Amino acid sequence: MTQWSGYLGLILQGALVTIELTLMGSVLALIMAFLAGMGRVSRFFIVRALATTYIEFFRGTSIFVQLFWAYFVLPFAGLSLTPLQAGVLALGLNVGAYAAEVVRGAILSVGREQYEACTALNLGRWQGMRHVILPQALLVMLPTFGNNAIELLKATSVVSLISLADLTFQAQVVRSQTGSTLMPFLSVLIIYFALALIISWGVRTLERRMARGLDGVRV
Amino acid sequence: MAWDWDFVREIMPTLIQGVKITILATILGSILAAIVGLGIALARRSENRFVSRSVGWFAEFIRGTPLLVQLYFIFYVLPDIGILLPPLVAGVIGLGLHYGTYTAEVYRAGIDNVPRGQWEAAKACNLNGRHTWTHIILPQAIPPMIPALANYFIAMFKETPLLSAITVLELMNQAKSVANTYYRYIEPMTLVGAFFLVISLCSVVLLRWLEHRYGRIER
Repeated sequence: MTQWSGYLGLILQGALVTIELTLMGSVLALIMAFLAGMGRVSRFFIVRALATTYIEFFRGTSIFVQLFWAYFVLPFAGLSLTPLQAGVLALGLNVGAYAAEVVRGAILSVGREQYEACTALNLGRWQGMRHVILPQALLVMLPTFGNNAIELLKATSVVSLISLADLTFQAQVVRSQTGSTLMPFLSVLIIYFALALIISWGVRTLERRMARGLDGVRV
Repeated sequence: MAWDWDFVREIMPTLIQGVKITILATILGSILAAIVGLGIALARRSENRFVSRSVGWFAEFIRGTPLLVQLYFIFYVLPDIGILLPPLVAGVIGLGLHYGTYTAEVYRAGIDNVPRGQWEAAKACNLNGRHTWTHIILPQAIPPMIPALANYFIAMFKETPLLSAITVLELMNQAKSVANTYYRYIEPMTLVGAFFLVISLCSVVLLRWLEHRYGRIER
């Protein structure tokens, strides 16, 4: 038995980086999702066109290509990013594009009568969105957001290829140092799975809490 | 650094070599995913609780962990137990297994959507299990699934750059090696991005057509 404890420490450090990336990426993705998702249902053509372009662009290529582009090509345009910045940017923008469609779908799923009620109560467009539409739409979005967060967690593994020391990267380090393959990769797979389970559990809990007080509302 | 068309012309043949491998990997991966998915979907319906449970957990595990780590696992761990795979085969197995767990859900939904009356009719006609599946259930279940399956195959296509991490010489890897040789990243990386973007924009049209053609169940 070589010193597994030391190597386990390395892998746990990697897990911290993965968690950090997932959290920061999710925040950016959430912001982008709401911006682009609400942009897609905007009154103004130019806003709709911008949002659609963003979504199609980032859904059309994979996270891997985007990450490499951000890391290797942007420096030539005068914008040098650290691996962490490039990672968060690519992850957030990519998953944000997928989540934007969820936001759009959820907003459109709120019944027409709700919009009519907003008009009847003389609420402005923004007020109606804020107080009537979004609280109902949020509940529809949540489960899919959970899936998106898990996709983001899985996508973080790609940053190991631009030398960011996340879980996958550390697994490779342990492999090259010990020559053992099963232990690093299996433990890393299990950690990823555990993180995914935590996310889906967290989203379920959040969903239950948010559904409270909305009984009788058709969702 | 500015865009250089001469350089583009120079690297095109190398990139096209990569495109061939990318397309080959996608086709083989799709075939494998279609088969694996059907296998998982059928196993999960098995009456043997042990089989359905363990296959269910296995699929859940694969879906909750990153494709990149699974590729590493196949590429590095299997040789230790005596299974030596060429990179492309390892990559295809990884893609097929990973997306097989997704297509399994499509199959499951498709099979569940076949009305109960069809099962009862098959029983009334005294068809055995195999004939019920091949002549009654699958012919009705598969056409509505086609758009969703195609969706996953396009997603898989976009994920093929990950195979470069296990030394498959597909498009991304060729682009990287070209970029490293000449130390010019703008053209190769942008071309890769443009290639995937163009294909996926075309695939949107294809998907719409498929949905129109197969999306509705004829009653």
